[in-house]
Amino acid sequence: MANGYAGRFLEVDLASKEFKEVNFSEDLLKQYIGGRALAAKILWDRLGDDWGSVNPLGPENILLFLTGPLTGYYPGTRICVSGKSPQSNGIVGSTVSGEFPMELRCSGYDGVIVTGKAERPVYIRILDDAVEIKDASHLWGKDGKQTIRILNKETMEDLEKRVRLKRMWREPGIIYVGPAGENATRVASVMMKWTHGAGYGGYGGVMGSKNLKAVVAKGTGPIPDAADMERALRLISEINNECLMNDAMRRWGTGAAGYEVGADTSSEPVRNWQEEWHDERSFGVDHFERKVWLKRYWSDYGCPTACLKVSAVLKGPLKGAITDNPDYENQAYMGTNLGIFEPEGVVYTNAKSDDMGLCGIQAGNVLGFAGELFQRGILTEEDIGFPLKWGDAEAFGRLAEMVARRQGVGDILAEGSYRAALKIGEMKGVDVTQYVIHEKGMAIGAHGIRSERDYPPITAYATNVQAGDHTSVGGVSPYKSPGQLIWGFADTAVLCGFNLQDKNIDLMWELFRAVTGWSTTVDDWNDVIGARMLAIQRAALLVGGPDLTWSPAVDDENPKRWYEPLPSGPDKGRAVDRAKFTAEKTKYYESLGWDRHGIPTPETLKKLGVENLEKVFSKFRA
Amino acid sequence: MSQELPRPLWIARDFPSCSGCRQCEVVCSLGHEGRIWPEASRIRVFMITPTVEIPHFCSQCDDAPCIAGCHRDALSKNLRTGAIVVDKEKCNACGLCIDACPGRVPTMHPKEKYALICDLCDGDPACVKVCREGRFNALWTAKKPSSVSYKLYAKKPEDMTKELATRLYGEFAERLV
Repeated sequence: MANGYAGRFLEVDLASKEFKEVNFSEDLLKQYIGGRALAAKILWDRLGDDWGSVNPLGPENILLFLTGPLTGYYPGTRICVSGKSPQSNGIVGSTVSGEFPMELRCSGYDGVIVTGKAERPVYIRILDDAVEIKDASHLWGKDGKQTIRILNKETMEDLEKRVRLKRMWREPGIIYVGPAGENATRVASVMMKWTHGAGYGGYGGVMGSKNLKAVVAKGTGPIPDAADMERALRLISEINNECLMNDAMRRWGTGAAGYEVGADTSSEPVRNWQEEWHDERSFGVDHFERKVWLKRYWSDYGCPTACLKVSAVLKGPLKGAITDNPDYENQAYMGTNLGIFEPEGVVYTNAKSDDMGLCGIQAGNVLGFAGELFQRGILTEEDIGFPLKWGDAEAFGRLAEMVARRQGVGDILAEGSYRAALKIGEMKGVDVTQYVIHEKGMAIGAHGIRSERDYPPITAYATNVQAGDHTSVGGVSPYKSPGQLIWGFADTAVLCGFNLQDKNIDLMWELFRAVTGWSTTVDDWNDVIGARMLAIQRAALLVGGPDLTWSPAVDDENPKRWYEPLPSGPDKGRAVDRAKFTAEKTKYYESLGWDRHGIPTPETLKKLGVENLEKVFSKFRA
Repeated sequence: MSQELPRPLWIARDFPSCSGCRQCEVVCSLGHEGRIWPEASRIRVFMITPTVEIPHFCSQCDDAPCIAGCHRDALSKNLRTGAIVVDKEKCNACGLCIDACPGRVPTMHPKEKYALICDLCDGDPACVKVCREGRFNALWTAKKPSSVSYKLYAKKPEDMTKELATRLYGEFAERLV
């Protein structure tokens, strides 16, 4: 088997309760590697012919949990979750940190492929070679903290009883969904630990639609051997040192941006993106540090950076709220976007989102959307059940729970902002899509483009095969992070892109060669392997369906609001310039070998070895 | 020249400082097994309750109940470092040492038939180095005087988790642990 791989994937069919081992040839792995690119390959091979009719929340969807050869080697361990997305109706490689990928690799599997739908709530348990489908009815409806508590207890008890090895058993790795996933909302994350979510894509809802509450793993083996261990270890040490020098990320995580992105770059969502600037010093990361941090460093497996901080509110009306930092995205979407500018309030809304298994970005976007509709009198106190005033953390927390549990107006909002806007528009007889900040059905990350002073270029989202994803954006040079090729490789070799700064990009490629023993270079990735991944993702995104489809000429576009001038701050008056946007979009597409509407040319498809996509793309050529 | 017996080493531990990065497990398994192998590590970080990380490894009790508990004479104390040494030939992985340890610290090699107990890397523990380099300082080395108090650290992870969770989360700990 190829170095860096266990060489086995576990396939579980929840309908027949059968499982089997799936193997891919070394040649195929060289071409698709793992994680996001392999997900695109598996999904398109199996579902591509009927893509338009596959309901992402139906039993016919396939849910993937895939590691890559660098998982467990590159500092910062992640897993890639994928399937047909109930947000974009395309393919998203959504990664999340935690202990599960390590336990899965130590069990001798590179990934899990889940098909079908279970009759009743179940969870999958992998203890080395022993795989079981277990009843999860006692876990259904439970929040993340309770789910983990119960699963740890019962797995550790069973390990003590069943396994040949005598020892004090350590807790397993768990990947799970909260109530938001169980209720098949489109704004649910696939979760790990208390607070980590694979949110983009909406795979929490896919997992819930399959009646799959969790996958639990405990492996007692080593991670798969590297081709050149000595070299790999030297590189890991260099990468570690580079991470340790990255003081801002280590000290504050991404959380420092909660103040900075508002006050400095004017690109933070404020009250549903009505503004992108604020100068609220109360939102400074130093206030978080002094008021709510319980733990300065909180890491996932093998990570020297520890960008997460454990925060809690233990006194006052919001007491009992526990979450991580929050990181920038959740700080913005569950804070400023809801008009909340106090650490305690944002810890409260984040804890609610974590406990319910919501994606902080998708849910924060739809809550902000609801907030604006309330501000404009379109949604009333009668519709919601209570007033939804900007800055009221308790009210937004309450609405978040209603979304996760699909109660009242929450049932509509659970469809995500864009789909909710279509429904509310019908109900109220007024077009409200202009208040939605989405890209092809996905809420856009909390980095605006109007000021043009933050990292995403004005084409970042419109040209992105992962739509609203802010971590791997379009319009960026293939050699630069966080362009969708470089970051797409992190999602494919499956490692944490937050440890991918400066010199570490080069070291990552060296480590990839040391672990796999292959000679793959950054150019092989940018010109062929990664480019092929983007082409498959683009095909899936354009076919879309069944509920919504996107037309390249119309929908490779920014939210309407972003063409309106910023109303406040030092960048007041700035907006996206349509002519410049169109020119840059064309230029970027051409750099990928795509036409001006973002359709890969037949020559490009030939070069990438995916001529079979021509029958899809020919329909979109003008 | 009289040779004074050096005071043995001790790996001090500060639980709230542990980030749960588990790099100690990575370097321990690399040093002893040449592979990244968490369940073969002599130090294991428990996180039964997320955020409440408990590095769990030998606390080198003066009276070493594990040595007394072994029926095959497979365990002994290295007088220079203070580490418990496992004789791989004599050990048959029966697990009596685990039962004898108040913290159930020893663990079994996942593939071979012998117990795993921290050997202090013969005086220069790799786990301490990586923790210090990472500036987490959850582990550091110290000279160990003879004291019954060190045995207090030989405690089951679930008991330590409860205590630390209460310190962190007060009245809310109960529903988390």
